[in-house]
Amino acid sequence: MGLSGKDVVGLRHVPAEEIKLVLDTAKPMKEIIQRQIKKVPILRGRTVVTVFYEASTRTRTSFELAAKYLSADTVGIAAATSSVSKGESLKDTARTIDAMGADLVVLRHPMAGAAELLGRTINAAVINAGDGAHEHPTQALLDLYTVKEKKGRLKGLKVAIIGDILHSRVARSNIWGFTRMGAEVRLAGPATLMAPGIERTGAEVCRSPEEALEGADVVMVLRIQLERQQEGLFPGLREYARLFGINRERLTLAARDALVMHPGPMNRGIEIAPDVADGLQSVVNEQVTNGVAVRMALLYLLIGGGGSSEAAN
Amino acid sequence: MKLLIKGGTVLDPVAGEMVEKDILVAGGKIAGEGSNLCFGDAGIVLDASGKLVVPGLIDMHVHLREPGYEAKETILTGTRAAARGGFSSVVCMPNTSPVVDTAALISYILNTAREQGAAHVFPVGSITRGSRGKELAEMGDLKKAGAVAFSDDGMPVANAGLMRRAMQYARMLDLPIISHCEDRELSSGGSMHEGYMSTVLGLKGIPASAEEVMVAREILLAGETGCRVHIAHVSTAGSVRLVREAKSRGIPVTAEVTPHHFTLTDEAVAGYNTSTKVNPPLRTASDVAAVKEGLADGTIDVIATDHAPHTVEEKDVEYDRAPFGLVGLETAVGLVWTELVDAGVLTPLQAIAKMTLNPARVLNISRGTLNPGVDADLTIIDPNLTWTVDANLFESRGKNTPFHGMKLKGQAYATVAGGRVRMLGGAVKDLLR
Repeated sequence: MGLSGKDVVGLRHVPAEEIKLVLDTAKPMKEIIQRQIKKVPILRGRTVVTVFYEASTRTRTSFELAAKYLSADTVGIAAATSSVSKGESLKDTARTIDAMGADLVVLRHPMAGAAELLGRTINAAVINAGDGAHEHPTQALLDLYTVKEKKGRLKGLKVAIIGDILHSRVARSNIWGFTRMGAEVRLAGPATLMAPGIERTGAEVCRSPEEALEGADVVMVLRIQLERQQEGLFPGLREYARLFGINRERLTLAARDALVMHPGPMNRGIEIAPDVADGLQSVVNEQVTNGVAVRMALLYLLIGGGGSSEAAN
Repeated sequence: MKLLIKGGTVLDPVAGEMVEKDILVAGGKIAGEGSNLCFGDAGIVLDASGKLVVPGLIDMHVHLREPGYEAKETILTGTRAAARGGFSSVVCMPNTSPVVDTAALISYILNTAREQGAAHVFPVGSITRGSRGKELAEMGDLKKAGAVAFSDDGMPVANAGLMRRAMQYARMLDLPIISHCEDRELSSGGSMHEGYMSTVLGLKGIPASAEEVMVAREILLAGETGCRVHIAHVSTAGSVRLVREAKSRGIPVTAEVTPHHFTLTDEAVAGYNTSTKVNPPLRTASDVAAVKEGLADGTIDVIATDHAPHTVEEKDVEYDRAPFGLVGLETAVGLVWTELVDAGVLTPLQAIAKMTLNPARVLNISRGTLNPGVDADLTIIDPNLTWTVDANLFESRGKNTPFHGMKLKGQAYATVAGGRVRMLGGAVKDLLR
């Protein structure tokens, strides 16, 4: 069994069995990362191109290391230094990369739907590394992996996601992923940053962070961007920290063994208090490690012979 | 040249009748009607048996893009698209480059249309200079040159005080204001309807209120000034309700809806096909139901396409980056018949009135009827023909349609404008000498 599609654009349409497959595949991948010699020849001769139209250190490095640990060749294209800045369209850039023989393209783009557009345009497999406010499936998969590893299960868990839901691709992918795996997702954030109609996804919209945190097994804190305040979407960071920031006091509302997660980079002292970020319940660093493992799993499943359309090497 | 249209069922929206009869055209005018007509001398005979003969269709909301955006469309290609779609007349919006804010530009459009056009063209002049929303354009001059209405379509007048003065002035000139209702502060940065689908797709939403607050404003100003106001492309249930209520109070307001707004919902945006990116955006199923109800009870007077051609390279980009608009001239009849007539929302006569007589009345132009002596504009529709939309066959330069591949029932068979056959069986007659 493998993944049914050529691309991984989002989790909205991915069935539970495929999510489970990725998580199961990530487990042996994590063991590779923990070895002293972190290299297996699974993707030898394969080429992975990362195309980042938005600045990102962690996601990009994570993908590049994942590819390198599997012995793939990697090339990175950053929008500012490429022909993208000369006005070349996404489609033309994509066709060029395709024509050069890339097997898989990792795309980060500020606009929703960019990964889907790319996937439709090229023959190479596409992994969405975040497209606007649409989806960030690998982040959700690594979050699912982290929770499953720590809690031993996903079904029946209460997951609270706190912050700017409106602009968060991480929140959307996690809502699809966690609800599909049988967890209960609760959302809280400023009313002006709540996504309209989001309750139709199956997530519950809470009136306060306290309501969302009550008995939660997982507390996922989202990054609040300063530019949202400049757009007039909420009054200010000081008040935000007071009303929505996850501090030690608020965290006591959650289950005693609740996990604290953050997709990074963190605004310490704003959406998350420093002692919570570094506290015993925080799994922020493990999220980063697991990110590499999950991305290795996806690369293997898509172009390493683990997928449905590829013959094993 | 004489023209005889034989054996068709003639729909007369004035009399409200459907009668099988022949129509004779001579000297560019409707010369007579009756059964088993024939002529002594040479002429063209069109066999319309099994088909509907209606007054030439009028699309009162079209972007011909000339001057300035000839890569998207020209007066020549846009009127050819009109003829192919069954429209003998189109009303073109002034958001060209430059904006149609002077008499000279109105004359340019009328002259070009006279020389090259495959359909009649009625230009709309801008409300404000450059549609910048700062000062009134020379509306009197625009009218004298041939403008049939005023609009800052696509760049709506934000200043209510300025719009009020524009209405006072337009009332003096006895021309309507066509309002594209959009509060840019509320719609800012949005690319689709705000709701569950915009959330799922991660696109910024345009709330229904962005349209409705402006519909409410125009109604209040129309009531105060007595100016005739026509609400362009109504898309929400709230707008339909506001117009209905205003009409019941006798306020001089009329409204139009586009085929895409009575056919598609925001679900069509899934997949990020940029041909679904249109302003106002595709709304929800309950909005579609409401505009259909508005069509049926007469709240919505007119069906107009908001034909908005764009080039492939402009549309073949990320959804947020694509311009708003889709082409409508060559799919309108099929959508009206499939979605409204066959579905029982409108009778054939009601549907035809909304594409002929009603827009002619809104604009006060002497078209939209088959009365003897009027200019011979007529359209023959085959209501039973089932066909599949193929954008590659469009006469329009714009191929940006969300209906590509869709199966429709009903198609224009012939278009006659000014007594001349401009389209027959899908083929547009070349008029360039």
